[in-house]
Amino acid sequence: MRRAVIAFTAFLGALFILLASPAWAEGESLRGTLQNQGQPVNGVKISVTSGDGQPVGEATSGADGKWEVQVPAAGSYKVTLDQATLPAGTVLKFKDRATLSVQVFEGNYRNVLFALASGDAAGVATPPDGGGSSAFWTRVAQLAFEGLSLGLIIALGALGISLIFGTTGLTNFAHGELLTVGAFIAFVLNSTFGLHLLIATPLAVIVAAGFGYGQERFFWGPLRNRKTGLVSMMIISIGVAMFLRYLLLFLFGGENVPYEQYVAQDGIKLGPVFTTPKSLIAMGIEIAVLIAVGLALTFTRLGKATRAVSDNPALAASSGINVDRIIRIVWAMGTAVAGLAGIMLGTTQILNFQMGQQVLLLMFAGVTLGGLGTAFGALVGSLVVGMFVQISTIWIPPELKTVGALAVLILVLLVRPQGILGRRERIG
Amino acid sequence: MDWTLIFSRAVEAGIGTEAVIYALAAIGLNIHFGYTGLLNFGQAGFLAVGAYGVATTVATLGLPFWLGIVIGLAAAVLFALLLGIPTLRLRADYLAIVTIAAAEIVRLVVRSVALQGTFGGTDGLEAFSDDFYGMNIYSPGQYGIGPIAFDHRTLWVLTVGWILVAAACAVVYLVMKSPWGRVLKAIREDEDAVRSLGKNVFSYKMQALVFGGVIGSLAGFLFALSRAATQPDLFSTELTFFAYTVLILGGAARVFGPVLGAVIFWCLLILVKTGMEEAVNHQVITFITVNQVGSINYMLVGLGLVLLLIYRPQGILGDKREIALDAR
Repeated sequence: MRRAVIAFTAFLGALFILLASPAWAEGESLRGTLQNQGQPVNGVKISVTSGDGQPVGEATSGADGKWEVQVPAAGSYKVTLDQATLPAGTVLKFKDRATLSVQVFEGNYRNVLFALASGDAAGVATPPDGGGSSAFWTRVAQLAFEGLSLGLIIALGALGISLIFGTTGLTNFAHGELLTVGAFIAFVLNSTFGLHLLIATPLAVIVAAGFGYGQERFFWGPLRNRKTGLVSMMIISIGVAMFLRYLLLFLFGGENVPYEQYVAQDGIKLGPVFTTPKSLIAMGIEIAVLIAVGLALTFTRLGKATRAVSDNPALAASSGINVDRIIRIVWAMGTAVAGLAGIMLGTTQILNFQMGQQVLLLMFAGVTLGGLGTAFGALVGSLVVGMFVQISTIWIPPELKTVGALAVLILVLLVRPQGILGRRERIG
Repeated sequence: MDWTLIFSRAVEAGIGTEAVIYALAAIGLNIHFGYTGLLNFGQAGFLAVGAYGVATTVATLGLPFWLGIVIGLAAAVLFALLLGIPTLRLRADYLAIVTIAAAEIVRLVVRSVALQGTFGGTDGLEAFSDDFYGMNIYSPGQYGIGPIAFDHRTLWVLTVGWILVAAACAVVYLVMKSPWGRVLKAIREDEDAVRSLGKNVFSYKMQALVFGGVIGSLAGFLFALSRAATQPDLFSTELTFFAYTVLILGGAARVFGPVLGAVIFWCLLILVKTGMEEAVNHQVITFITVNQVGSINYMLVGLGLVLLLIYRPQGILGDKREIALDAR
């Protein structure tokens, strides 16, 4: 019975971690995932020798950056990364750490982490702490560029949150999952049906729009008609988020998966900034979509109607606007744009059932910073958050960058609760 | 299929450590959400602060266990104050976003590599529970009736835990009957009306946040001690939302709501989980693997939360008129 108790507690606590990584490996092994700025790095040779120098095995990182070497028994091993096989523009963050000594325990696998960074053979573009002011500004430029890339993705997601909040008053905690769902629809079209990502993306966005429309038509709309309170709806959205997230885990497993195309590309140098062609294209698409939505909101009849509903639904209805129809269109649009954001996140980073949840709070930070319910505020706020998150890594450790953004969110609420572009109104 | 195993595990879960921890977490949440109408989505943060308070004091600093408990409680109070000052004047949705963000800040800070020396990074901390188990009144062995049994360590955690739950329920009962408690409920119903009576709403909300948070940190102590370890990812947002499910299932704004909710929630969850695992292992269900059972369980919790709020927001014990579901 003790076994049962242990198994049970272990399940509860570790489920999260266990499901995200396959702990049911047979035998001992060394493994790892090579990533540079969240992007998988493939084709890198890793060799393993035993403690006394006998070669044990070799592996080459796959399209998802993963590598694995089976080892015969528990013990200590030396893992060496062949720096000559790193793609152009990617180098080891710490040159002297190409060989690591690790201990493998009985029946376990051991994750080995090689820290990679953008740079060229002459040196890392991001030295730990400034080698003169020009190196510092190079680093700032690089981080600002990455921040812009992240900020644009957050902005796409935040736009939907903001429009849905504006028209219905719902703070949708399931919006992160809308990103993930969009990304995985594209994944199914891309890898199961074999469509090129350029064809899969628009199709997935259309499917996502349908999903959003259906969600409003058959779920949220009827709930509103039942006069369900906003707080209930918020908690319901959390239930929806959990359901969708674990549905994706059920269907696709906890592994990180990549798309078939645009997985790894050689870096290019653009002034002081290292990047990949695919990130530039992704950013171009994101900017185009954001501008298109912005123009549509400002100039089309539908956009004006949307803003009217945001402003005052009752007044909008009495002036002949079909409020329910507008809300459905907003849901369809919001989900489509969120789906696109998910796909872009998937190409620049990697697909995982938690990817949307991980940026949800950043999207909220963007929306709140800009002013809850204002579409353009969400845009500005998201870009600020994205830049802030990346640039703050100059001073704080990278794993704490989200903390900085969230702390700033809380501070902003103290000083200017209505956000940058929000109207001054009572929100207490 | 081994039905004895399935049912004994379900019963064990219903009275076991998880039920106790979630009952305490939900009692704290009940004070926030059920009685005061504060939409605190950061209860996991209070548990984390409590757990890491005691773990860091004992394991990292090498100070006595009881000082660790005091520091954990103090940290929970401090966390409530830090959380409350910027947010308690704001609308429900802002409060929800900020509390969830604050809980994530706590989790990310304790799991960071930079502070690994203090909080142990993703591996967390261990070796802080010897003093607690040293006070164990049970001699080593198995205790139980029939197939339901706990070892002496678990039994000690459960004894302390259920005493804490009973004490928390008694305190909540007395406090909510008092004039102070009536003000809290009045704030939930109509904040402006209470303000017009000359009450300092902000101060009352802050007291409620601290009170519920301290009870949450008790749950954190038990969580850490029962496992004799803390890991940062135990305190993810899922914990908060499980606690919400527990609270709403049992009935918000009721003294025994969270307790009943926790018992039924864990009993059902493990019944379904073990049942499915057994069914998969004995080839009764063939289209899923054992690994997928976990995700189905989580899906069911999400679905259960949605259905509860749509069809029975008052839960088992509650009264529909007493729940702050329309508060802004």
